[in-house]
Amino acid sequence: MEIFDILVTVSFWVAALRIATPLIFGVTGALLCERAGVLNLGIEGIMTVGAMTGWITVHLGGSLWGGVVAAMAMGALCGLVLAVLTVKLGLSQHVSGLGVTMLATSASYFTYRVVLPNANTPPRIQPFEPLNIPGLSDLPVIGPILFQQTALTLLAIALVALTAWFLNRTPLGLALRAVGENPAAVEAQGLDVHRLRMGAVVAGSAVMALGGAFLTMSAFNAFFFEMVAGRGWICIALTVFASWRPGKALIGAILFGAFDAFQVRLQQVVGGAVPGQVFLMIPYLLSIVALVVWSRKASYPKALMVPYIKGQR
Amino acid sequence: MIRLEPRGETPRLLALTAPVVAALVALALAAIPIMAAGAPLLKAYQVMFEGALGSRFALTEVVSRATPLILTGLAAAIAFRARLYNIGAEGQLYLGAVAAVAVGSGRFDGPPALMIAAVLIAGAIAGALLMLGPTLMKVKLGADEVVTTLLLNFIVILFVQIMIEGPMKDPMSLGWPQSEPIIDSAALPKLIEKTRVHAGLIVALVAALGVHVFLAHTVPGFRIRAVGANPAAARFAGMSVTGTMLLVGALSGALAGLAGVGEVAGLKGYLTNNLSPGYGYAGIVVAMLAGLSPLGVVLAAFFVAAVFVGADSMSRGINVSSYIANLIVALALISVLVSGVVTRWRIRFGRPGG
Amino acid sequence: MTETRPIVLELRTITKRFGPLVANDAVDLVMRKGEILALLGENGAGKTTLMNILFGHYLADAGEVLVADAHGGLQPLPPGSPHAALAAGIGMVHQHFTLAENLTVLDNITLGTEPLFALHRSTRAARAKLEDLMARSGLTVDLDATVARLAVGERQRIEILKALYRDARILVLDEPTAVLTPQESDGLFATLRALAAQGLSVVFISHKLNEVVSASDRVAVLRGGRKVAERETAGADRATLAELMVGRPIAASRREPREPGRTVLKLDAVSVAGHDVRTRLASVSLDLREGEVVGVAGVSGNGQTALASLVCGLVAPSAGTMTLLDQALTEFDPGAFVAAGIGRIPEDRHSEGVVGSMSIAENVALETIGTERFQTGGFLKFGAMRQAAEEAIRGYEIKCPGPDAPIRLLSGGNMQKAILARALDGAPKLIIANQPTRGLDVGAVAEVHRRLLAARMRGAAVLLISEDLDELFELSDRIAVMFRSRLTAALPSAGLDLKTLGLMMAGHDPAEVAA
Repeated sequence: MEIFDILVTVSFWVAALRIATPLIFGVTGALLCERAGVLNLGIEGIMTVGAMTGWITVHLGGSLWGGVVAAMAMGALCGLVLAVLTVKLGLSQHVSGLGVTMLATSASYFTYRVVLPNANTPPRIQPFEPLNIPGLSDLPVIGPILFQQTALTLLAIALVALTAWFLNRTPLGLALRAVGENPAAVEAQGLDVHRLRMGAVVAGSAVMALGGAFLTMSAFNAFFFEMVAGRGWICIALTVFASWRPGKALIGAILFGAFDAFQVRLQQVVGGAVPGQVFLMIPYLLSIVALVVWSRKASYPKALMVPYIKGQR
Repeated sequence: MIRLEPRGETPRLLALTAPVVAALVALALAAIPIMAAGAPLLKAYQVMFEGALGSRFALTEVVSRATPLILTGLAAAIAFRARLYNIGAEGQLYLGAVAAVAVGSGRFDGPPALMIAAVLIAGAIAGALLMLGPTLMKVKLGADEVVTTLLLNFIVILFVQIMIEGPMKDPMSLGWPQSEPIIDSAALPKLIEKTRVHAGLIVALVAALGVHVFLAHTVPGFRIRAVGANPAAARFAGMSVTGTMLLVGALSGALAGLAGVGEVAGLKGYLTNNLSPGYGYAGIVVAMLAGLSPLGVVLAAFFVAAVFVGADSMSRGINVSSYIANLIVALALISVLVSGVVTRWRIRFGRPGG
Repeated sequence: MTETRPIVLELRTITKRFGPLVANDAVDLVMRKGEILALLGENGAGKTTLMNILFGHYLADAGEVLVADAHGGLQPLPPGSPHAALAAGIGMVHQHFTLAENLTVLDNITLGTEPLFALHRSTRAARAKLEDLMARSGLTVDLDATVARLAVGERQRIEILKALYRDARILVLDEPTAVLTPQESDGLFATLRALAAQGLSVVFISHKLNEVVSASDRVAVLRGGRKVAERETAGADRATLAELMVGRPIAASRREPREPGRTVLKLDAVSVAGHDVRTRLASVSLDLREGEVVGVAGVSGNGQTALASLVCGLVAPSAGTMTLLDQALTEFDPGAFVAAGIGRIPEDRHSEGVVGSMSIAENVALETIGTERFQTGGFLKFGAMRQAAEEAIRGYEIKCPGPDAPIRLLSGGNMQKAILARALDGAPKLIIANQPTRGLDVGAVAEVHRRLLAARMRGAAVLLISEDLDELFELSDRIAVMFRSRLTAALPSAGLDLKTLGLMMAGHDPAEVAA
């Protein structure tokens, strides 16, 4: 039973929250898009762009926060491409999303090669440091778990709260929810369906890109090919698990991080008895399970994946 | 302000030229990254075209690359026709390759005709089984198949690693993670000596013709088209949506599995975890460029293969990263999507504010 | 008296084309403060298009809209902008309600009324204003309810409140009575009358002469996209209006007397499990005999969908038995129902009736593609399919480019004829017709009615589910009413009147109604 003792150690939960951070960004961004009725399958590519942009900005002499802003801007740009395809032109959200993922991913890899034509080991950058806020970080249990993280992790949690407040308490949030439920209702109330949806996709994509930026600027300190490794797709599964609620999405992402952290420790305990890849499969399998279990029960935004073309009979 | 107005029928000429224009637009847009990489633009295009089409060797390379792309393109085309978004061709390709190694690496032997049939069937079955899971999850549980098939790709790659580092590991490989080789009797023969063109091409071409006839001329093909275009009407008319979807899933997975068999039993001879440079994903682009037409897939596969081969030569010749190929392919996908808007709708640039 | 009331709205030479179709042809219209104007016309006359242009959903190809500002001066309304229309005091209640079902009533009403980038929503003020509005107009509804749980009548009230909440001075209603019982319709018009007395100008779209004559001050008649007449309602007579609306004599189908034969379809205490009242059936019993039409009336959403799904083979019963010609039905599958000789006309042609991108020939063969007629050894017989389609095109006078044209290019009436050709092929013993004439023009309606009555004369049993009460009275030998997933006994239509049927649709017992 000793492996379960892991669950009560503080260091385990510190790791869980750290692993969860890119997922928190990703699922929050995905949720913003989907609540407005657009499935953003560009997420995997957008996270890759965020990772590359954040890293390259710092590598070329920019500041860390400069990298964060640059990553968001590039994510927003990818979101704009997707929004034009899916909202303005009403194209298949599935295929357009994959197109954006392919474009964003290959553009990131190509850019990396332009900047570093021949590097075999990717150069490291000086990453975000754990905050260590005097007072807060010394609190028992909560102190280390929350405040020995980097600023990006706290930003992720703050963003979830902000998103929940925005969706439920502001007029724009109401309009965004409504456009994901019934665009005709939104137009009949004099609002612009396309602008709302495009805005949501652009903003959501910027948030997704932060998830990628966390990977290079706070976790691995360098850019690797295929480093996003399906985290984007996992986030899409998490939105279903969370029934499109920000709070549940946060819990889902942290649970996921906990499973992943647990898996790493379990691997150390079990050792070579089982191939390491079996453990690496766990997050993907869990995502599929989440989809299978919750897809039927989830209360989908009613107009998710339904394009809206004005003046159509 | 852009407005869309529906066309009645799409003019045939427009429908046929749209993908060609999309491909050209993608090639033209590639100028931006090429210039960003600091390469001389005209030289780059010249190297790319000569590398893809300028020699007998180049052409055979294009043919050998097109072989798996035809099969993954067909896998996507037939599935997308039924609005089953199988994005898992990459995983199905790898699992097909694993099955080919399991059957064709000497555990048993027989005459070549039998052994070749055995590896092909094993690969097709493996791919089909892998796609049945997401299809069932979609029709029975409503789980989005795009996400499940994408996630399965990661799982299959990890599974391949387990196999080539464990049960299928080649003891003679000096520690490199690769499988035991395919034995001679199970290998797909070369079609042209001293090139990489192998009998998998025939499999691919026959499959393209077969899928065309199946979709256009048979009752199950009719059902697939109906279910894909309007599942509610198909069901109301008495068709089994679940059954049709499962058939499509199995066929799609089988086609992608065959692509894996060709790569391992026709080209490489053994399985590694970099067997495919993304043929599964590129197959989606092939299918979209082909307008989901099985015969069009053959042409589109040759185009995408030429892009890959040309980009390789650009990377060797003038040091532009070969990721330019993935970029061009992605641009082609987006261009062809947009061209679809042009063929189905008239785009009007209307009065501002109204 | 009327002339002294100020003009609040003027449409000038509005023209709108959809491809080759001219939906509105230089239409002029004037509205005065506090009057109720009826826009009369058959389906496809261009009424809804005209109002959608007024509200900015569509852009007119020519013409302009002028609205009175606060000082009474007429100002041009920016085209193509619902936002501008709302700001100018125009409110619109669409025939298909524009409500977000998963949101609350309050959310739906306040949506878009506050500055979008405000940091909080002033729900308290909104609530106060709405309480006041509800008290004054009599349109009450629970502000905190989720729309999905509300009945159609309540949803219509929300739509009207949405307009009033924005201080609309002109209210447009598109076919407002289509989904109401006759009594609810009376209530609605009383409310509109009261609102008009307070200064609201009301336009309502209708193709029903009765309500136009009884509820409007003035009537404008549209036909084929043109305004063909405009009258004070007081002086207009119904026969003239009917002639103006249709423009050509239509031979009305007459139901000839006929003795019903043996029972074709028998439902014995059949229930269907469902998650709400729409999709549930509670112990429904029905006898349907050869050579009779049984109509099913009811306010939309009371289980008609479940009944139609059941008899079309789409859902299996959870209890009870279903018998077709003395044979208990056991296999609940649309294919089996087709094979058993049941002709089915679905509620929604576009979503369930046809595969739009496939050809007319393929759609005509859709249900029987697996039979020897259209295939040998799994291979399609294109010749046979085309021949069947050509026969359908000739026999039903389907206007189309040819059997190979995609069926989505057909007009609603022609598409419905193709579905009719498919459903009635092979002289089925039982015909299920679910809203068979919805959205069709008068000519197509007459054709559908003629075909159904002809099938009845040759001995078919017809189950007609419809929201059009005139249609039900015209075609049905007996009428039953669905209310909250239950079906009343089918009563002879000759002994029923509109008022009784309306009360039954509101859930009153027929015996109690008669008393």
